[in-house]
Amino acid sequence: MKLEGKKRIWSEYQKEIADDHYYYARSCIRQNFFPASETIFLRIMQQELGKDIKDDARHTTCTGIAYHSDLVPFDTTMTVVARLFSLMTEAGYENYAPSCITSFGLYSEILETWEHHPEIEARVREHLWKSTRREFKKPKNLAHASDIVYKFRHRIAEKGKYRLVNHKTGEPLKVVEHIGCHYSRMFPHKGVGGAEYPYVLVGMIEAWGGEVVDYPERRHCCGFGFRQYLVKSNRGYSISSSRKKFESMEPFKPDMIITNCPGCPYFLDRWQYAISEMEGKTYGENGNGIPVLTYEETAGLVMGYDPWDLGFQMHQVSVEPLLDKIGVPYDPYAKYLGVNGKFIGTPEHPEVLKVY
Amino acid sequence: MNKFGYTISRDNQIDYDKVDRSMAAFIEKNEPTFRICIQCGSCAASCSAANFTRFSFRKLCLLIRRGLTDDVQKEVSKCMLCGKCRLVCPRGVNTRNIILNVHQALHKTTVYEL
Repeated sequence: MKLEGKKRIWSEYQKEIADDHYYYARSCIRQNFFPASETIFLRIMQQELGKDIKDDARHTTCTGIAYHSDLVPFDTTMTVVARLFSLMTEAGYENYAPSCITSFGLYSEILETWEHHPEIEARVREHLWKSTRREFKKPKNLAHASDIVYKFRHRIAEKGKYRLVNHKTGEPLKVVEHIGCHYSRMFPHKGVGGAEYPYVLVGMIEAWGGEVVDYPERRHCCGFGFRQYLVKSNRGYSISSSRKKFESMEPFKPDMIITNCPGCPYFLDRWQYAISEMEGKTYGENGNGIPVLTYEETAGLVMGYDPWDLGFQMHQVSVEPLLDKIGVPYDPYAKYLGVNGKFIGTPEHPEVLKVY
Repeated sequence: MNKFGYTISRDNQIDYDKVDRSMAAFIEKNEPTFRICIQCGSCAASCSAANFTRFSFRKLCLLIRRGLTDDVQKEVSKCMLCGKCRLVCPRGVNTRNIILNVHQALHKTTVYEL
């Protein structure tokens, strides 16, 4: 194939990502699972890249979890999302940047629904007006926070202190990228690279010096699946899916996993502990697990932020072996120190999985 | 150990790099026509035992190739060795000898010779 042809085809897989002035919508669950991620995103955007980004305390859940668990009807979801759009409009922003992949998928679904069914949009506007006396404009640009980091990945690399490279051998780290299902599977044209070649995390890994691992179950779901996890009797489905991925990636000896979804890093991280307890199996080197990072944490790592400011102490799989590989200095005694240097206690150590 | 209240389900994926090939290798050595089967299913269609059970020679061959020894053991006992399958096979596969070799292989597996 001619290079021009390749470029033309690839251009069809691109999406428009706004350059500045974002209205940021936080995730419900990420702030508990990997609490520093969103803070790091804001720090990088505002302090390092000088972007205007609104972090609004008034916004609520998008109801995505409840919607995908069949607990909230679509009309309710659309009205709640309409209120979120009204907050954006009120704040004077036009570019909506959700932190959560499920929110992103849901916003895409709603905007697509409204495009094809204007009568539904009119009905939702009426619902919103009756319930809150609010009005809204639809976002001009909808980009997931990972799209934005992807857009500025080279600037982050330029400003960065570290690269995803083994500092002893000079070899690039082997990185598994895991894209959240709701990123581009439902609406391929809304994601960078579409559903076939999602490039959003690959672009970051390549820009930051890592090597992407291509393994058979690369596009398999992490297993969260909402009801698969939320209903306890279904949880076997969830952990089985993660195990399938781990078994598939293990022969490639990955150094780390990067994800862009709230659920995926949580399950890929925590299930490593559960699998180790159930089967005595670990997937990293020497009894360690494979560290699982969000893309913001990885960006923060590249920028040279203190590992404990990145919230690595909240990870089930210890990140220290990865920090040693990259050559990031850290104080092991500061891992569980709070704001004023106060010791906050250490978690129990698992029986099989090695933690530090 | 089910300390969490749920367990890991095994998937049905067959990884041909990891399957136990010992039985298939034993049969191929003793009855080389096992290799030329094209899995057309004529054997299964003409099977006397299939009238009374869910036995299928074609399925048996698949189980052998997949290294699913436990399933092979359950299936092979259903064959009555009437030999009709051998008469209809378009490739001339010696199906009866394959069945006999499966029995031998299972015996060898039991006494740890295979």
